[in-house]
Amino acid sequence: MGTEVNSILPLLAVMVSAAVVPILASSRSANVREAWTFVAAFGKVGIVLAMLPHVLRGDKLSFEIAPVFPGVSLAFRVDAMGELFALVSSFLWIVTSAYSIGYMRGLKEHGQTRYYSYFALAMSSTMGVAFSANLLTLYVFYELLSFATYPLVTHHQDEEGRSAGRRYLTYIVGGSIGLVLPAMLVCYGSSQTLDFTPGGILANSGLSRFELGLLLFMFVFGFAKAAIMPFHSWLPAAMVAPTPVSALLHAVAVVKVGVFSILRVLVGIMGFELLSGQALGGILILVASVTIVGASLVALCQDGLKKMLAYSTVGQLSYIVLGASLLSENGLSGGLIHIATHAFGKITLFFCAGAIYVATGKQNISELNGIGRRMPLTMASFLIASMSIIGVPPTAGFLSKWLLITASVDSGRLEGLFVLLLSSLLSAGYLIPVVYRAFFLPQPEGEPTSVVAEWRSPCSIAAMVTSFGCLLMFLSPGLLLGLARKAAELYLGV
Amino acid sequence: MTSHLPALVVTVPLLTAFAAFAAGWLRPKLCFPVGLTGLGITAISSIWLLAEVLEAGTVTYELGRWPAPWGIVYVVDRLNGVVLAAISLCAFIQWISSRASVKSQFSDRIGAFYGLELLFVTGVMGITVTGDAFNLYVLLEIASITAYALIAMGGGRAPLSSLNYVFMGTIGACFYLLGVGYLYIMTGSLNMADLASILQGMRSSQAILVAFVIIIVGVWLKMGFFPLHGWLPNAYTHAPWPATTLIAPLMTKVMAYVMMRLVLFLFGPEYSFGVLGLKDVVVWWASLAVVAGSVIALSQKDLKRMITCIILIEIAYMVGGTFLGNRSGTTGAIFHLVNDVFMTLCVFLAVSSLAFRQRELDMDTMEGLFSEMPFTMGALVTGALSIVGVPPTCGFFSKWLLLKGALEAGHYEFMVALILSSLVCLVLFFRVFEAAYFGHGERSHGHHRMREAPLGMVVPLLVVAIGIVALGLMSGEVISSIIEPALPRGVL
Repeated sequence: MGTEVNSILPLLAVMVSAAVVPILASSRSANVREAWTFVAAFGKVGIVLAMLPHVLRGDKLSFEIAPVFPGVSLAFRVDAMGELFALVSSFLWIVTSAYSIGYMRGLKEHGQTRYYSYFALAMSSTMGVAFSANLLTLYVFYELLSFATYPLVTHHQDEEGRSAGRRYLTYIVGGSIGLVLPAMLVCYGSSQTLDFTPGGILANSGLSRFELGLLLFMFVFGFAKAAIMPFHSWLPAAMVAPTPVSALLHAVAVVKVGVFSILRVLVGIMGFELLSGQALGGILILVASVTIVGASLVALCQDGLKKMLAYSTVGQLSYIVLGASLLSENGLSGGLIHIATHAFGKITLFFCAGAIYVATGKQNISELNGIGRRMPLTMASFLIASMSIIGVPPTAGFLSKWLLITASVDSGRLEGLFVLLLSSLLSAGYLIPVVYRAFFLPQPEGEPTSVVAEWRSPCSIAAMVTSFGCLLMFLSPGLLLGLARKAAELYLGV
Repeated sequence: MTSHLPALVVTVPLLTAFAAFAAGWLRPKLCFPVGLTGLGITAISSIWLLAEVLEAGTVTYELGRWPAPWGIVYVVDRLNGVVLAAISLCAFIQWISSRASVKSQFSDRIGAFYGLELLFVTGVMGITVTGDAFNLYVLLEIASITAYALIAMGGGRAPLSSLNYVFMGTIGACFYLLGVGYLYIMTGSLNMADLASILQGMRSSQAILVAFVIIIVGVWLKMGFFPLHGWLPNAYTHAPWPATTLIAPLMTKVMAYVMMRLVLFLFGPEYSFGVLGLKDVVVWWASLAVVAGSVIALSQKDLKRMITCIILIEIAYMVGGTFLGNRSGTTGAIFHLVNDVFMTLCVFLAVSSLAFRQRELDMDTMEGLFSEMPFTMGALVTGALSIVGVPPTCGFFSKWLLLKGALEAGHYEFMVALILSSLVCLVLFFRVFEAAYFGHGERSHGHHRMREAPLGMVVPLLVVAIGIVALGLMSGEVISSIIEPALPRGVL
C-alpha cells in the first residue's frame, strides 16, 4: 500500500483552467483567447501526467483546502480512479479546444469570449470532481459544474436554448439538492465522516436494508448527470448546444462526472461488501439494464444525428453503472475503463457530426447519403468510433465490453450478459446505417460533389486524432488496465 | 480605551448621528465623510471587541459605573460579539455603497436622511450589545422609529406602508414591554443575567409562561415571522433604496438575535425547550412558515418585492433552527443569522445597483443585463447561490447545519421545507437570470444600453460577494471557534 503525500499538484490541476478565465474574459482578440486556452489545456495535462507516477506507485497525493465540519474538509486526494478520469478528460480538452476553434470560427458564433471562459471553468470543476477526497468536496464541484455549463448549453440564446437550459438545471440541480444533499446528510449523520474510504463508511451505521436501498437510489438518481432513466431527458434536450460542448461535456465531462460520482459512492461510501451483503446489486443492475435497452431503442428511431448520439450516450453511461453494480473487481475495472473508451468513441462521433455540419450544414441522418465520398476521412473516423461503441475489435470499446461481459459471467449475472449483447446489436443497428448511407448510397441530385478539404479543417482532424485514440487504446491498453486494477485493488483490497 | 469598547460601539454612531444632522445644516457635503468615519470606527471597535471576547471571554461593561443589577450593563459574549461585527460591517459597506443614490434621491434632506440612518445603526447596535431587558426595549424603539421615518421618506405609497409598519411594530414592541413587565413583577429585576438566574427557580410559574409567550410573539412580529409578516413586504418594497439596503439586512436579523438571546440565555434551553413543551409545535410552525414564505415569494412579479419576501423564508429558518433545540440546529441558526446579514446585503445592494441605472425592475427590462452590468450581475448570482445554498458560499454551510439538526431531532418536515424552499429560491432567481441572459440584443423599448453601476457601488458589492465565498470557506473555523462555544450549556 502506498502512502499519503501532501502535494499542491491536485490544486494546481484544478485551478490552472480557472486561473486563465480572467485573461479569457478580458481579451478582445480571438487569437490571444485561443492561445491561452491551449496554455491552460496543456498545463492541465502536464500536471495530471506529473501525478501519474505517484499514482502508479500507489501513493495518494492530497491537499486540504479548508476544514468545514468536524471530520469533513474540502480536500483533494488523487488516487487511481480519479487519475484515470482526469487523464481522459484533460487530454480530450486539448483536442476539443482545437476543434472548438474550427467550429466556432467556421460558424462565426457569437459570444466566443463567454464560451471559452465557461469552458475553462467547467474543466476546473471536472478536475475537482475527479480529485475530491470526500463526498462534500465532490458535491461542491458537481454543483459548480452544473452552473458553469449552463451558459454553454444555452449558448445560442434562443427559445430552444431557453427551454433546454431550464430542463437541464431542473433535473441536475433539482436532483443534487433534492436527493443527493439529504442522502449525504444521512451518511454524515450516521458515520460522522464523508471520506471515500475503501469498504465504505456505512458498514457500521446500523441502517436497515430498506434505508440503505433508499439512500442508494437517492444517490443514483440524484446524480442526474449520469442520465439514468427516468432522469435522462435533459441530455437529448441539451444537444441544442454547439457541437464541441456536446462533444466534451455531454459525452465526456458532465455525464462522466455523474457516473464517476455514482462509482465513488458505490465503492467509497456504501462499499461493495455492504451492498452485496444486503443484496442491493441486483436492483441496480435492473435499473441500469432498463436504461441501456430503453435508450438504445429510442436511439434507433432518431433522425437527428446529435439526438441519436445523445440517446446512445444515455445507454452507454449505464454500462458503467451496470459494471459497478456487479460488485466485483472485473465489473468495477470494466466500468472504469468504459469511462475512457466510451469517451474517445463518443467524442469522435460528435466531432464527426459537427464536422459534417460545419462543412455541409447537414444535421439529420436521412440527409447523409453519399457524404462518405465528400468527407472520406471523417466518415472513416466515424466508422472506427462506431465499432468502438458497438464493441468490435480492434477498437477500445471491445476491451471494456469484454471485461464487463466476463464480470457478468463470473458473478453469475446472466441478465447482465444478455443486456450487454442485446445492446451491442442495438447500437450496431443505429450506428451502422449511418456509415452505410455515407459510403454506399448515392448522393441526392443537385448537391455539390466536391471533396471537402478535410486536412485543413480542425474539426475533421480532431475526429481523426480521437479515432486513432480508439485504436491505440486497444493496441496498448497497459496504462488503462493498470490504473483500473490499481483502483480496484485500492477499494476492494484484491 | 479597550475597556470602553462595548460603550463605543453604541455611542460612536449616536454622536456621529448628531454630527451628521449638524453637518446637514452647515455643510451637507460633510455628511458622508462624517458618517463614514463614525461607522468605520464602529466597525473596527466591533471587530476588536470580538477578538477580545474570543481571547478573554465575556466582557461586561457597567454604564456609569452603576453595578448590576441596578445599573444598565452591556454584555458581550461570543454570540452578540459576532452579530455586532457582522452588522457594523454591513452598515459600513452599505454606507459607502448608497452614497450615489442618497445624493440623487435626497439632495435637499441629506442631513436628515444620514442622521436617521446613523440613529438606526445606534439602535440595532444597542439592541445587540445590551444586557438589560428594559434597555433593550428603549433601543428597540430607537431603531424602529428611525426605521419608520426612513421608510416614510420614500415617495408614492411609502408613507402608507410606513404607517402600517408603525401600527404593527408598535404592537410588537408593546407585547415585548408587557412581557418584560410581567418578568419584572415576578422577579424584581431587569438585568438579563440576573433574570436568568432567578427564573431558574420559577419554572412552574404561570406568569412566567405568559411572559415568555407574549415576549416571543412580540419579537416574532418585529421579525416578520409568518403569519405576523404583513407589514414587511410593503414596508421594504416602498422604502427608498438606500433605506431598504440598510434596514432589510439588519432589522429582522437583529430581532432574530433577540429571540435567540431570550430563548437560549434568558429563559434558558431547559425552560424554553424542556419545561414549556412547545418546541415541536414551533418547529412545525416554522416549517409551515418556510413553505408559506416560498409561496408568497413565488407569486411576486416585482424584483424588489421578491427579494424582500425571501427574508420571510430566511427568518423562518432561524426560528425553526433555534427551536430544534439541539446543537446542530442552534449552531446552524446562529451561523445562518450571520450569513444572512451578508447574503441579504449582497442581493439588496446588487438589485439597488440595477435600480440605480434603470427605474423599473420588471422581468422584461432585464434583457441583456449580463453583458451590460457584468459585475453587478455576477455579485447577484453569488448572493443568489448563497441563498439557494450552493457550496462553497456560506449559505450552504448554515443550511447544512440546519438540515443536520432537523435530521437529528427527527423533524423531517423541517428538512423537507428547507429543501423545498432552496429549490423555490433557485426558481425565483433563475427567472431573473434567464430574463437577463436571453433576449440579448433585442431590447424592445428605449433601446439604450445600461452602463455598469458607478465604482462606489460596484466595489463594495464585489467585496460582499467575495466575502460570502470567503465566509463559506472559513465556516469550519468560524463555527468551531466562535459559534459552537457561544451556545449555552443546556443545548445538547
